[in-house]
Amino acid sequence: MITLYDYELSGNCYKLRLLMGMLGVEWKTVPVDFYPGREHKSDWFLKINPLGQLPVIDDDGLILRDAQAILVYLASKYDASGTWYPRDNPALLGEISQWLAFADGITGTASAARLHDALFYDFDVEAARAGAHRLFRILDEHLWFGEQEGRNWICSAAQPTIADIACFPYIMLSEEGGIPRQDYPAIRRWCDRLKRIKGFAVMSGVFPAGPAKAA
Amino acid sequence: MTETRCKDQVILDLWHPLAALSEVPAGVVVGTILLEERLSLACDGTGKVAVWRSRRDLPVDGPVDISAVAGTLPVKLAYGYVWTSLGNPPADIFPIPEYAEADRRKLNAATFGVNVSAPRAIENFLDMGHFPYVHTDILGAEPHTEVKEYDVEISVDRDEILATRCRFFQPMASTTSDGGADVDYIYRVPHPYCSVLYKSSPMDETRLDVIAVFLQPVDQEHVRAHMLLCVLDEDNEDKVIKRFQQTIFGQDKPILENQFPKRLPLDPRAETPIRADKSAIAYRRWLSQKGVTYGVIPAAT
Repeated sequence: MITLYDYELSGNCYKLRLLMGMLGVEWKTVPVDFYPGREHKSDWFLKINPLGQLPVIDDDGLILRDAQAILVYLASKYDASGTWYPRDNPALLGEISQWLAFADGITGTASAARLHDALFYDFDVEAARAGAHRLFRILDEHLWFGEQEGRNWICSAAQPTIADIACFPYIMLSEEGGIPRQDYPAIRRWCDRLKRIKGFAVMSGVFPAGPAKAA
Repeated sequence: MTETRCKDQVILDLWHPLAALSEVPAGVVVGTILLEERLSLACDGTGKVAVWRSRRDLPVDGPVDISAVAGTLPVKLAYGYVWTSLGNPPADIFPIPEYAEADRRKLNAATFGVNVSAPRAIENFLDMGHFPYVHTDILGAEPHTEVKEYDVEISVDRDEILATRCRFFQPMASTTSDGGADVDYIYRVPHPYCSVLYKSSPMDETRLDVIAVFLQPVDQEHVRAHMLLCVLDEDNEDKVIKRFQQTIFGQDKPILENQFPKRLPLDPRAETPIRADKSAIAYRRWLSQKGVTYGVIPAAT
């Protein structure tokens, strides 16, 4: 069984809980006291991940770090439908990788602002917020043009991919870093679509979507 | 007397929490903000603590010998936290007798920065009506949404608000729960920015778990929320107990940060309460009677 080294309030850990829930994969949790205990910098944890970062999984002895890398692994191994990470579609894989990197940019900005405001990290919060707004504007336009073409998800596929999962958490949690989303209507509609995927689960700070309006 | 940015003498004269002592490294300056003033604190590792107005010769993260710091502020250690005051504080901090019981687990669940006024956060802490909707399947669940009649009094001799006979169905009241149960609650508000709640312990039906929230007002619309757990739990690691409480607080956070107006209106006509808000009504009246103006919108006179 998969073991997830997890902190409840981490958006990067939530990415994995989300995908495993949607794939119907079972896992067990090892809680890591990221805050206030800084257990991710403890000796025992640094042996598992020398970078001292969450999340990490252990799948029958295979230890992997980095939320985006783990999404690739989980979808490749456990998604029987092959839609979350379609290994036979090079163009789509390229697109997915592009947006996985974009998700890392969201972590570096929106998540950093949240860590500053809630957990007192010593970051330049104005730069983090400005960086997040720049990325949100780009994603909002991308999603808006996609909607005009009948595309519901970040990548050019009929189904959601791990790129959607990777971008979702720190966008949803952005207000905790003082980054409102009212100027990004296409992002808000995309978030609601993602919340209606079967197997969706919340985390603290993320609420379920209301019932969809009849078309 | 140093000029303070906060002009509310009631609030200036209170003891305010700054940090969990267990999280303050020995001999190193820690910076924080209280009532818009930059403060520094440090401990020496033997239980001595000093708090002072931040100054350039003692930079944050730098070394310090606290016995050599002049011009310190009043300081108290209580319930695992460092407290100070910018005014003339009372001799004692409000009592929590259960804290002295040796078999309890005493932890700072976390200190979180929250974009909310302290009084709005206290009101949310007192509210049971949101349990099924915000803490779904933990502290409440539909269809068990009714807040049953409870009692509220303002205790004159103790100068605190007491809400008793509170009862709510909770699917998972604590880390030691093994299923849903009707849980008894008592709430105290012994300090304008602090509240203590007592709830049935799944471990021992004759005793109550204690959870307190101590709010450090950074300014009128921002707090550092310190969460004390003082609970009966023989089974779970500290981090599991903390995680449970952090999960709950993380669910409250967006609700708190979206309150409008951010300061708590004390005019009884400003917001329409329902019967379940009895304790909040008493809290607002108590703040008004005390003459609190910081973090609130005072009633028109």
